[in-house]
Amino acid sequence: MNDVLGDKKAIAVLIGPALLIYSLVMLLPIVWSLGYTFFDGNAISGFTFIGTDNLARLFTDENVRQALGFTLKYAVVVTIGQVALGYGLSLLYVFVLKNRSGLVRTLVFFPVVVPTVAVALLFQKMFEIAPQNGLVNSLIELTGGQAVDWFGGANTSFLVLVLLDLWRSMGFYAVLLFTGLLDIPEEVLEAARIDGATGATMVARIVLPLSLPVLLSSLIFSINGTLKVFDSIVALTNGGPGDATTPLTLYMYNTAFRFGDYGFGSAIALLLTLICLLVTVFIFRSTRRDLSES
Amino acid sequence: MAGYPRSIRRAMSLPAVVGVTALALTACSGGGDDAGGDSGGGSEFSVLSVNENTTVSAVLEALAADQCATQNEAMPLAVENLPQAQLGQQLQLLAGQDALPMMFGADNPTLTKELAEAGQVLDLEGTGAADNFEPAAVATIENLYDGLWVLPTEFNIEGIWYNEQVFADNGVEVPATWDDLVAAAETLSAAGVQPFSASGEQGWPLTRLISGYLYRDLGPEALQAVVDGDAKLTDPEYVAGAQAVADLGAEGWFGQGVGSIDYDTALNTFLTGDAAMLYMGSWALSNFANPEQNQIGEDNIGFMPFPDVEGGSGSADQYPANVGLPFAVSAKATSDDAQAWLDCIAENYGTQALTEANQITGFTVNEEVEVGELTATVQEAIAATEQSVLWLEAPFSPQFQTVSTTNAAPLVTGGVTPEDFMSQLQAAIDAA
Repeated sequence: MNDVLGDKKAIAVLIGPALLIYSLVMLLPIVWSLGYTFFDGNAISGFTFIGTDNLARLFTDENVRQALGFTLKYAVVVTIGQVALGYGLSLLYVFVLKNRSGLVRTLVFFPVVVPTVAVALLFQKMFEIAPQNGLVNSLIELTGGQAVDWFGGANTSFLVLVLLDLWRSMGFYAVLLFTGLLDIPEEVLEAARIDGATGATMVARIVLPLSLPVLLSSLIFSINGTLKVFDSIVALTNGGPGDATTPLTLYMYNTAFRFGDYGFGSAIALLLTLICLLVTVFIFRSTRRDLSES
Repeated sequence: MAGYPRSIRRAMSLPAVVGVTALALTACSGGGDDAGGDSGGGSEFSVLSVNENTTVSAVLEALAADQCATQNEAMPLAVENLPQAQLGQQLQLLAGQDALPMMFGADNPTLTKELAEAGQVLDLEGTGAADNFEPAAVATIENLYDGLWVLPTEFNIEGIWYNEQVFADNGVEVPATWDDLVAAAETLSAAGVQPFSASGEQGWPLTRLISGYLYRDLGPEALQAVVDGDAKLTDPEYVAGAQAVADLGAEGWFGQGVGSIDYDTALNTFLTGDAAMLYMGSWALSNFANPEQNQIGEDNIGFMPFPDVEGGSGSADQYPANVGLPFAVSAKATSDDAQAWLDCIAENYGTQALTEANQITGFTVNEEVEVGELTATVQEAIAATEQSVLWLEAPFSPQFQTVSTTNAAPLVTGGVTPEDFMSQLQAAIDAA
């Protein structure tokens, strides 16, 4: 075995095919897309080199500013919601339901496996006002309130989007964090109990520090997912009303494929990639510092 | 290989592995042939249409079974539909891969012109098919597309359809001016009737009201002046158009949740008697003629042109005319079989569409067809039209179209001010 792995040509033969596929499928499109940022045009009309004009436009385009603002707002709210709800549920599984959590876990996880478009249609019908009231507006009217045009206003659309994404994904984070909590040695918890720690003290002093690594992994997962949100928004509001719920991803898609401006679309993609990279590095850095302090 | 030293055998195995992998990849990437996949020398007469338009596929299938059966045998018809909102991007994608279908919906003149310039669209000028086009349709196509690049599978005028019974019950006369229209809406609304039905989800039924107002107020060259750079949409006289339509919305006259109302719901709201007026093109005649869908009865529907604006320089007889969702033909559709299909469509589509779907097209009707009263009214209006106008998005880019249609509902629900709406549109023009 050492003979084979010590031979550089053998390594090349073994790694070559996988590397080739990876390069063709992953690296080449990334580099290609990066190259597009320096060009104007599309596949129909051909491309013209325009230098860094597209990158400069990122700073002046009003729509980019709006989409970036929405993306960050959405990412922060949904990430906090997803991880907090997931963590709350995982604590419920481990410390309250204990061995009987199977059914609840399955039920809460169920929306994760339902296609996003189906969930979006469900929410569309639930929050509908016309041609007839959906479940939510019917309940509001039943209790004497006035039906709300949920998808007619920026704030109400945002609220429904957040609810949809929390409902759809909290089960996933609950299971992820649940496995993390299971890793906490029973002896540590037992020792804490003997020392008199209960409820909130136990969670704050023992459970939270010991589950910090998996919690931070969830945060990175979540923030990267929410920064790149696309399907749920397209299916629920399609970025509307107007462009009030248009994230960078949808604006990038529209720019490249609807307006036929591949170059500027690629520039927006580059911006999104940089933001994801920065956020991830930032979280990693802060994690390292926290752990070393503790 | 047994005779080569070990190192050479190893060296030779690397390119072999790479070659095999490349072959495997090629094999994986093959077979992705869809409706747009085999244009030109393909075996199918592929057509890409939209879900919202059921007439084209129905008429083509009827032709394939009857008048064009021979052509269909030689080259079977294959129609694929997709949501209209995705048509533009799908065409761009297919064009980029040189894989446009034989016939495809061409609702955006700017994109169609771009495709034509890139040599992907068949020029119908001088072809046998063009002999069967009505002169009025040819003029409209050339006005819109700068050339004869599409088949006029529709020829429409637009205006306001109203429920005669509801008008009579509430003592409302057919409005001749914009102020009359507003007064009529006020009366109807006070009587508990929703004055207008419109799809805010589609957006264009609302933006058509803006262009209608601008044409009546500023004259038929209103949008051309913007195209030429002589005027801007942010000029006060243009903002007034958006303001007039926003005012209708502020009164709640489009009904609640207008932003969520899709095309079919808007049509059904009118056809079930829940709204008094509907701005729509004459393509809806086929829906009006369908007794299952039309519960208020075809005889109960009246048609009026977009009203005059007092003191304006346009006039109500300048109907907005269009070729609806016309179809362009791929430049590769040059085989005898494809040409035979095109000739057959050109000869028979007009008659078939009028007979089966009550649809007025830009093809000549080569047989005598008996039509309903409403259709006859529209035919007369078309015949009497000396000057036609375009719709708001027609002269502008796909970006303009997206900005305009997605912001139309917020305009009438108060989410966007008329000034903001027009400045966003002007920004889309400036960016192009």
